[in-house]
Amino acid sequence: MSNGMPTIAAATTPPSVMNTFIAVLKRDLTLAYRRRQDLVNPLIFFTIVVSLFPLGVSPEKSFLQEAGAGVVWVAALLATLLSLDSLFRSDFEDGSLEQIILTPQPLFIMVLAKICAHWLVTGVPLIILSPMLGVMMHLDFETIKVLMLTLLLGTPVLSLIGAIGAALTVGLRVGGVLISLLILPLYIPVLIFGTGTVQAAANLLPIDGYIALMGAIFALSLTLSPIAAAAALKISLSN
Amino acid sequence: MWTFFHKLGSPKWFYDISGKWLPWFAIVSTLLLVAGSVWALAFAPADYQQGNSFRIIYIHVPSAILAQSCFMMMAVAGAIGLIWKMKLADVFVKAAAPVGASFTFLALLTGAVWGKPTWGTWWVWDARLTSMLILLFLYFGIMALQSAIEDASTAAKASAVLALVGMVNIPIIKYSVEWWNTLHQPATFTLTEKPAMPAEMWVPLLVMLIGFYCFFTTVILLRTRNEILVRERRTNWVKKLVTKGGAL
Repeated sequence: MSNGMPTIAAATTPPSVMNTFIAVLKRDLTLAYRRRQDLVNPLIFFTIVVSLFPLGVSPEKSFLQEAGAGVVWVAALLATLLSLDSLFRSDFEDGSLEQIILTPQPLFIMVLAKICAHWLVTGVPLIILSPMLGVMMHLDFETIKVLMLTLLLGTPVLSLIGAIGAALTVGLRVGGVLISLLILPLYIPVLIFGTGTVQAAANLLPIDGYIALMGAIFALSLTLSPIAAAAALKISLSN
Repeated sequence: MWTFFHKLGSPKWFYDISGKWLPWFAIVSTLLLVAGSVWALAFAPADYQQGNSFRIIYIHVPSAILAQSCFMMMAVAGAIGLIWKMKLADVFVKAAAPVGASFTFLALLTGAVWGKPTWGTWWVWDARLTSMLILLFLYFGIMALQSAIEDASTAAKASAVLALVGMVNIPIIKYSVEWWNTLHQPATFTLTEKPAMPAEMWVPLLVMLIGFYCFFTTVILLRTRNEILVRERRTNWVKKLVTKGGAL
């Protein structure tokens, strides 16, 4: 080292884990930005599903106040589901997914970056749109705040768990319906606690316990599901 | 112990040995189920609150226990298949999924039949009932994934991952009656405590439970052996077996 010989290791040191994370995140965000129509579609879907309930069930103010949070949550869940299929699919089709797997960095970091990007382009707009729908469902201001808080904790969980389903079905032609079948059962706990929080807040009950449980679900899925999704990706690409 | 574990890696060895076990499990499960159901349905005393309608627990409780333990077995087998690449574990996951789904369905159905006279309704959105319904959906998901992926080993690995992820539902089912104050009563059976029922009532339940496990083993062995034959159809020993005409 001291005699000025260039070391081979220095020349081929792979970028650090953090750099990889940021690079994948940037790449996915750029890709998403270049196909803006795909970003808007789930949001339109979200709005339409919510507006179906007053039309299909009842436009009564009392019913909407009672069911509003649940309706917004179910619609958010379905909208997320709709966008999940594309999480790995375009990368799979042009072969870059295989290149990602072949890189020396841990795969789950890159999967986590892709999930982050997915949440930023689907989850965050849903949260931003939710107060408007809350007003349309006649929810009061305090309830809407709690609804946004639960969505803030809950939509990352939807992206994280959904990534496992997307990874398992990426090589299959019938991806869309199968993802729903695999992932919806796993979404039920977060749906129950998400709407439970809003119900409790609407009835002026304490919500700390619910928020803590939502946080626990978020922490658990944040740590475990990138690993499961990475394993599932390797399996899907093994043949 | 370890040689047994290693031998399990060989489908042929398992096929031979399970052929010897199979009649015994079939006989024992028939005996236990017949004896247990006659005892439970005809001789066990009626419940002081629920009268005769409580007798459905002799089917309901074993099938509910088995529905959950089948899922845990699938997850463990899935982990074994992923880690040690054991073919037999893959075969087990595939063989067990429809059986577990059937037991889950049976538990839900008998629960509904029991709920109608006792709670006055076929279905309530109670935590235990809902989490069992989720379990049924998880089984369906695994079966759908199995049939969607053509390559057998990829299908096995994918469903193993799904079974491991789905394991989060098992503690939810287990503790649903303790965490939430809901309509469903707490566990009838625990390993650590003396049962609250008189012996004439819980002994037949135990007989039924063991009978259900033996029946489960019989069905799984049959399905596993069938699956082994399908997967190993190109090997010499299967060809020999078929040409000899020795089916069992």
